[in-house]
Formats: sequence, C-alpha cells, structure tokens
Amino acid sequence: MSNIVEVRSLTKTYDGGFEALKSVDLDIKQGEIIALLGPNGAGKTTLISSICGITRATSGTISIGGHDSVTAFRAARNLVGLVPQEINLEPFEKVINTVRFSRGLFGKAPNDSYLEAVLKSLSLWDKKDAKVMTLSGGMKRRVLIAKALAHEPRVLFLDEPTAGVDVELRKDMWDVVAQLKEDGVTIILTTHYIEEAEAIADRIGVIAKGEILLVEDKADLMTRMGQKTLKVDLAEPIAEIPKGLSDYDLTIEGEGLLYSYDTTTERTGITSLLADLQKAGLKMTDLQTRQSSLEEIFVSLVAEKEGGA
Amino acid sequence: MNFQAIKSIYIFEMARFFRTLMQSFISPVISTSLYFVVFGTAIGSRIESVEGVGYGAFIVPGLIMLSVMTQATSNASFGIYFPKFIGTIYELLSAPVSFFEITVGYVGAAATKAMFIGIVILATSFLFVDFTIEHPIAMIAFLTLTCLSFSLLGFIIGIWAGNFEQLQLIPLLIITPLVFLGGSFYSVSMLPPIWQTITMFNPVVYLISGFRWSFFGTADVPIGLSLFAIGVFTCICLGIIAWIFRTGWRIRQ
Ligand SMILES: Nc1ncnc2c1ncn2[C@@H]1O[C@H](COP(=O)(O)OP(=O)(O)OP(=O)(O)O)[C@@H](O)[C@H]1O
Ligand SMILES: [Mg+2]
Repeated sequence: MSNIVEVRSLTKTYDGGFEALKSVDLDIKQGEIIALLGPNGAGKTTLISSICGITRATSGTISIGGHDSVTAFRAARNLVGLVPQEINLEPFEKVINTVRFSRGLFGKAPNDSYLEAVLKSLSLWDKKDAKVMTLSGGMKRRVLIAKALAHEPRVLFLDEPTAGVDVELRKDMWDVVAQLKEDGVTIILTTHYIEEAEAIADRIGVIAKGEILLVEDKADLMTRMGQKTLKVDLAEPIAEIPKGLSDYDLTIEGEGLLYSYDTTTERTGITSLLADLQKAGLKMTDLQTRQSSLEEIFVSLVAEKEGGA
Repeated sequence: MNFQAIKSIYIFEMARFFRTLMQSFISPVISTSLYFVVFGTAIGSRIESVEGVGYGAFIVPGLIMLSVMTQATSNASFGIYFPKFIGTIYELLSAPVSFFEITVGYVGAAATKAMFIGIVILATSFLFVDFTIEHPIAMIAFLTLTCLSFSLLGFIIGIWAGNFEQLQLIPLLIITPLVFLGGSFYSVSMLPPIWQTITMFNPVVYLISGFRWSFFGTADVPIGLSLFAIGVFTCICLGIIAWIFRTGWRIRQ
C-alpha cells in the first residue's frame, strides 16, 4: 500500500521555546485507520495541526497525496479534513449553514444532497436548521465532523473525536468511521480511550514527549504482547508443582497456580492442563483468565520513556 | 484562485449582518436623526450657511463619513477577530485558501455593510434637508473607496487585537477623534490659521473634503489631493496586510 501522508524529520518549537515535536517521522498508508495514543501534552494535537497547516512546522517536511504541504498547499489541503479537539463553532449560525460554509471554503461547488447524506449519517439532519448554540456537546462534536466531511476529504484527522461522548454515541461514531474507511478515506485519530484504538484502528502509534515511540500493526502489537494467563485457585495450597505437571509453564501464586500461554497458537494446552491437574489430585475452586491489554503495553512504554527522559 | 471560498466567506459574514439587520438599520437612522436635530437644527439656526451651502446639508457628507469609517473599521476588525476568539479560525488555516482570498472575503463583506449603512444615512438625510448631489458617480466612488480602505484598516486591527478592549481601542482612540476633527461638522477654512495647518496632517480631512466636493462642488483641499490621500492610505493598509500574509503574524503559530 502506498503512503498518503509522509512526515519527515518534523520538529516544532513553540514561540516560548518549548519543543513540542522532536524530529517526527510518520507514514500513513492509504486507506488505513491509525490511532495515535499518548498522554496529555505528548504532542498529538501539535502533530495534527502541523500536518493540517494550522501551525507552522519549525523544520521538516510533510507531504499529503504526494503534494508538499507548504509549496503545494492547495492540492495538499484539498485532500484533508480536520476535526479539532476543541469544539470551535460559530454559535449563532445554523448547522446547515456552517456545513455549507466549510464546503465552500474548500473550493467545492454547493451540493446539498451530499451534505444531507453527511448530516443524516451523523444523525444531525433533524437539527439542520437549529442554531449551533442550542445543540448539546455531543451534537456539536458531530457538527465538527460534518464540517470536516463537507468537502469530501480523502484523509480525515480526528483529534479526540469521542471525548465527552456517551457510550452509545461513541459506538455510532465508530460505525461512521468504519463506513468512511469502506469508502476509502484514510483516518488518523487520537484518543485517550485505549479500547477505542483496539476496536477500530488498523495500526497504532504511541507518542510521548514529542517523539513517536512506536507505530505497529494492531494485530502484531496485540500478538507480541498477547500473553494470556490462566489462574487456577486450589482448594488446598501446594508447596511445589507436582511431577506430572512439570511440562507446563506453571508458577505457584498464593493459593493457586498461574499458567501462561499464547493465545495465537492453535493449542493453548488448557484442556490437557485441566485434565492433568485432576489426575494429580488437585481440587480446583475457581478459574480466571487475564490478557495483557493495549493499555498495559501503552502504560509501560510511556513509563519507560518518561523514566528514561 | 479559490473563488468559491471567497464567496463562502462573504456570504457567511453577510449572514451575521442580516441576523442583526434591525440593529444595523435602526442605529444609524436614529443617530443620524439626532445629529440633525442637534447640529442641523439647533446650531444650524445660528450658522446660516457654510461656503454657500445650508449648514444642515453641509454636514451630510461628514455624517456619512463618520459612520462609514467607524462601521467599516469595527465590522472588519470584528469579522476576523471573532473566529480567532472562538477558535473557528482553524478552519480558515486548514483550508486551501490563500490569505489574499481570506482578506477579500472579510474585507468585501465589511465594506458592503458599511456601504449599506452609508446609503441608509444618506436616505435619512433627505428627510431632514434638501440638497442635490452634484457629482453622483464621484460620490459613489469616494464612498466605495472609503469603505474599502477602512475595512482594510479594521482587518489589520482585528488580526492584531489580542482581546476585545484592544479591538475597540483604535477606533475609539484614533478614528473617532480624527473624524470629528477632520471637518465633519465645519469647514477647515473656519479655523484659525494655526489650526488649519495642524489639520492638514489629519488624513481624514482629505477624505471628507473630497466627499463633500462630490456633493456640493466645493472643497477644503483640491480633489486630486483627496484622491491621492485615499490612495496612499489604501496602499499602506495593503502593504501591512501583505506583510501579515507572508509572516503569519498573530495568525499562524
Ligand atoms: N500554542 C502553544 N504555545 C506554547 N506551547 C504549546 C502550544 N500549544 C501546545 N503547546 C505545548 O506543546 C505540548 C504538546 O501539546 P499538544 O496539544 O500537542 O498535546 P496533546 O498530545 O494533544 O495533548 P492532549 O492529549 O492533552 O490533547 C504541550 O506541552 C503544550 O503545553
Ligand atoms: Mg491534543
């Protein structure tokens, strides 16, 4: 797959002298959904703002669809839609007019039937004549998405699109994102909800202190970190692992046993382990499984970074 | 050139104007009427005529200029300051528009509003005094140029301003005094010689004088000089805006 966005050695130092991005390289593949995770102040918004032209990069280059974002800014920006982190909307204007404005700003001829489809997909159609200030926070966020989609972008940046959005609506947004991906739109989103990244992203990037720590296929990442453990609680504690069970990767923990296995292999060995436990005459009172989540991966990566820096 | 974008900005800004149409319409009508009552009737009864024009009619061009200059400046400064203030500027910055297109959209809308108000005041004036406009085409041209150049100035102020106080500071501190002292309500020739000289440093004098010439054919300064002054003023504003384009000053970090 070809790259639709290429960021090379991008740095950004704010006027006060703060270095928010330290030589960032990032390739975004055509048609993928990439989630950027990172703690507050990591530089996610700064990265997106630089790509979209809201801030000037201090050095480095950005190309979008092969167009340099500075020297060919029109061609580059035509492809891009942005949903900002903050809810920035003209309060006194009607929803439909703000969306029309966005489309026009990007040089697209009016097309109300397209805008109707966008508003309907975001469940905003019945609010089209409402003034923005009369909408709820979640609705305003969807208006921002509608504005970003108004000019039919090929690359969509969503900066924390589901912050402050209830669970049901969040699921609806994921559906919208999935539909966009099906239509071939490339999506870059930032989020603090790791389950969101797990649920919808193809690739995951972790950013902290202005540096990209990792960009990896979600599936690979999950596999790599996808160790699962089975905890077996025993009726009576044991001092050492019985002989018949020495083939298993077992450790004694408190009243029970811990069994580590890899979820990606065909045979996890759980069935035979349970049979062998019985053969060894051990009585089980409870079973629990646990998987290291993306959250743990993320926390340990960031902790490493912050500890090391 | 992204004409679609210019059109969108223009329409969006005009919509703000139409939302408050009654205010936009009523306040100039009322203030003009008050000026006529106070200056035209009360003072005008003591001053018969200035340079052969009845005092009531004499102040019409100055009144229009006063409103048009302050309205153009405040409309344009507010127009670009507001998106900065509420954050919607992100959209302008991320759109495939050049700063030139943004300026044309905002300044065009602000100038249109000011023009509209100028015409409303002119129409109101006819209710109070009788006069004819000697050079209507020159009058329209002067009015348009003034609306445009002061909208450009307002645009610069809006970009510069960091808060609402600053937004109002320049119009209040500079434009209103310059217009009042620029011969809106008197002829420069009515002043003592020393003040006549000082007044010549006030750029607004040239604009009001030229505008008044288009009404009555008499002026404080030659019409050519008036045109030159407004041309210079417009060029200075354009120059500053061009510099803002290049540097992204106060717009793009
Ligand atoms: N305009 C600015 N001037 C100076 N420093 C800034 C500016 N904007 C952001 N920063 C700093 O740059 C760093 C990165 O900010 P950024 O907004 O990119 O973080 P983020 O990853 O989006 O965080 P969050 O998850 O809280 O949204 C922060 O330390 C922030 O204080
Ligand atoms: Mg952010």
